[in-house]
Amino acid sequence: MTSFTPVASTVGGALIGGAAALLWLALGRIAGISGIVGSLAGAPRDEAGWALAFLAGLMGAPLLVALLFGMPQIEIAAGPLLLVAAGLLVGFGTRLGSGCTSGHGVCGIARLSSRSIAATLVFMATAGVTVFVMRHGMGG
Amino acid sequence: MARSLFALAAGALFGLGLLLSGMVNPAKVLAFLDVSGAWDPSLAFVMGGAIPVAALGFRLGARRAAPLCAPRFSPPTRTVIDAKLIGGAVLFGVGWGLAGFCPGPALASLCFGGWKVALFVAAMLMGMYAFHVTLARPGNAPPAASRG
Repeated sequence: MTSFTPVASTVGGALIGGAAALLWLALGRIAGISGIVGSLAGAPRDEAGWALAFLAGLMGAPLLVALLFGMPQIEIAAGPLLLVAAGLLVGFGTRLGSGCTSGHGVCGIARLSSRSIAATLVFMATAGVTVFVMRHGMGG
Repeated sequence: MARSLFALAAGALFGLGLLLSGMVNPAKVLAFLDVSGAWDPSLAFVMGGAIPVAALGFRLGARRAAPLCAPRFSPPTRTVIDAKLIGGAVLFGVGWGLAGFCPGPALASLCFGGWKVALFVAAMLMGMYAFHVTLARPGNAPPAASRG
């Protein structure tokens, strides 16, 4: 059970949108996390540079805030097997489908890309069905 | 150098947004996806906050010939809704629903989230690598991107 946080979530979302805008206006790149991580496989060195800097910020800034202001609430119900299965599906699926929640869900929809709108509808729907089956459909 | 600084700043902003919005908490993500349970609609507000601001950025970019520190904008080049796009979205959605993690929040909480986050990220990287060695073709690399 988690509490509804409309203000924090909207402001947090605006920061995410601001990050996407900044990366586009400064580097001309889409802030899609799976795409940026995936680009490190076999990328030329000058490409890898900005991708690594972005990932350093993505991982470093929350760590700094967690150290300064306390750990955020993180509840992970899934066990090891489920985490591995989920990770493999997320990794393979986001590369096959050319994007994840950030690249398709935020940047793509903001660009009114029909591919991204379709992908977002599909992964939202299959995620919702998966949660439903896991929580309500398996005799739980 | 300027490129790396802007990229670092954008990554930091992105990570802080994920932290503040609650996206780093898989329980909250699952509570959003579980429409038939005790629904927490917060994550719709994340999208609602992010999309307009990003759209403004893309709109500002459309008025410029090039980004600040790169020779050209590198938009995605594919426009067709094909089986790869939909199949990938299906697999990603199932994986997202199983644990409540998508790539951004998993990486943002990697340094303090404990072994479960690390295990998910390791499996995610393996999944990406599996795609890279099986289905990825050289022609799939973004053409302009490799020279930015």
